Amino acid sequence: MQAYIVRRLLALAPTLFFASLIVFISMRLIPGDVIDLMLAQNDIATGQDRAKIEAALGLDQPVYLQYFRWIGGVLQGDLGVSLWRNVPVADQLWATLPITFELGFLALIVALTVALPIGVYSAMRQDTAGDYVARSFSLLMLAVPGFWLGTLVMVFPSVWWRWAPELEYTPFFEDPLKNLAHMIVPAILLGLSMSAVTMRMTRTMMLEVLRQDYIRTARAKGVGEALLVARHALRNGLIPVVTLIGLQAPLLIGGAVIFEQIFVVPGMGLLLLEAVFQRDYPVVSGVFLVVGVGVLLINLAVDVSYGWLDPKVRHQ
Amino acid sequence: MSEAIAAADMAPPAAGFGEAMRRSLVGRLVREKPLAAVGGAVFLLFLFCGVFADVLAPYGVNETDLAQRLEAPSWSHPFGTDHLGRDVLSRILMGGQLSMVVSFLAAGLATVVSLAIGVVSGYFGGKTDMVMQRGVDAWMTFPDLVLLIVIISVVGPGIPQIVLVLGLLYGIAGSRIVRGAVVSVKENMYTHAAQSIGAATWHILRRHIVPNVMPVVIVLFTTRIGAVILTEAGLSFLGLGVPPPAPTWGSMLSGTGRTYMYLGPWLALAPGLSLTIVVYAINVYGDGLRDLLDPRMRGTQ
Repeated sequence: MQAYIVRRLLALAPTLFFASLIVFISMRLIPGDVIDLMLAQNDIATGQDRAKIEAALGLDQPVYLQYFRWIGGVLQGDLGVSLWRNVPVADQLWATLPITFELGFLALIVALTVALPIGVYSAMRQDTAGDYVARSFSLLMLAVPGFWLGTLVMVFPSVWWRWAPELEYTPFFEDPLKNLAHMIVPAILLGLSMSAVTMRMTRTMMLEVLRQDYIRTARAKGVGEALLVARHALRNGLIPVVTLIGLQAPLLIGGAVIFEQIFVVPGMGLLLLEAVFQRDYPVVSGVFLVVGVGVLLINLAVDVSYGWLDPKVRHQ
Repeated sequence: MSEAIAAADMAPPAAGFGEAMRRSLVGRLVREKPLAAVGGAVFLLFLFCGVFADVLAPYGVNETDLAQRLEAPSWSHPFGTDHLGRDVLSRILMGGQLSMVVSFLAAGLATVVSLAIGVVSGYFGGKTDMVMQRGVDAWMTFPDLVLLIVIISVVGPGIPQIVLVLGLLYGIAGSRIVRGAVVSVKENMYTHAAQSIGAATWHILRRHIVPNVMPVVIVLFTTRIGAVILTEAGLSFLGLGVPPPAPTWGSMLSGTGRTYMYLGPWLALAPGLSLTIVVYAINVYGDGLRDLLDPRMRGTQ
């Protein structure tokens, strides 16, 4: 198991390097007026300051040196300072990351609660009316834009029943119930949009497992359907679904940006959007980097748990 | 030598996706995948409306009529009017046109990028493949939307930028699928035959590899159109897509439009429904097309 984890970590290294290059290059692509912008925002605008800022940002050095300087800072937790609020980017990320994590975690619970039972049902009753309904539903959920669902939930309940979703954020540890009352609507919507793919995957995997010999043996010796699913089929069928959770991590974060915007959840997505409109580039690249590394770490965790769940993978 | 190359050319590849099959494809689609055929027809309808939007739109896109603000749907305004008295149907039609233009251009670019990366990475293999695939891994690590938001924030909004960025985004992501197909085609006898008679690499790629991954590429192009429409709408919704006053389905659901939806809920319906229907139609069509063209990928998503 240890050797397996080490192997996964080594495989991660080149991807991490390329990911950091993508973030770095995206920052280099910022049009030249970024210093003008900084000067304007900081109320110091002389030619001498310009050179000073260029030196401070390291813009007068060769590009590869700039990269090493930047990555060195990042490794020490230094992501620069917000141009807009003048606080370290790292602090802002620490404040918003848990909120997005909570939203994603709740959405994941919703997605699994919806997708697993329907996926299993769909596979057990393959090609029946119920299966078709479930599959059409999942295809439909793939086509419905999340931001439209969000808009509908904002508009129609308030027009029809004078009820609107809560839009005020309360920290979880201050008042858990108030916090959940706010988070639950975006979490359900995000979870529903995630459930479509999970449902399809669960169905495919269950169908594959149900065709195996050991299932036929279990049936032949008279194991009941419920026990068959719970003890025999689900255990093996769900292993690839774990991988899928890793694959969906980017989708989850992308969706979080949309729902955080609609439901005013002060997470990383909202931070990113605000920073984009304020042209606060250090914050933009900070969020960009954290999201990329976050997704890679989630995938690592999934890979490791996969090896733990399925010994065959470990010894490949 | 040229005879030998010509002989190798007569192997299955060129004939595999020949004229006969192309002719019968529509027939097979209707017979074997009726649902997919319906999806294709619905998409064609949207395409038609997009192409002839200028003729079909009963009013001007940005023609305001302050006397008729926030009118509920009626015969003269089938989808109602918005807060400036603009006809929603006309805006939906023109928004559809914009969606079609952006999606065809971006999906086309994405397909070319996928093909280029996939063929080079898959055919040459080895170190080239290793390095390129780690790059693709890193690229795909970032959520589509986050990557787009960051890049658009740097290059600024506008149709050319969006086409370029979406094309690059989906092109790199899709290269994985083309690469997989190339790796399997590469191991076929006729490729080995062509290699052993000393055919030029360019010739092998053009005559053997590319024609045989075409089914995968066509399916990829189709499904990418749906993905691009959805993503572009998402960007417009966030205010980072095609800038106003261009009517896009995404922007009609966002910003100022949203505050008026409480007074005119129909404003929330038409853009979202159009999006859902067109993307659903493309997905169903793409699924059916994949089953017909590429049996190996059946059941994957």
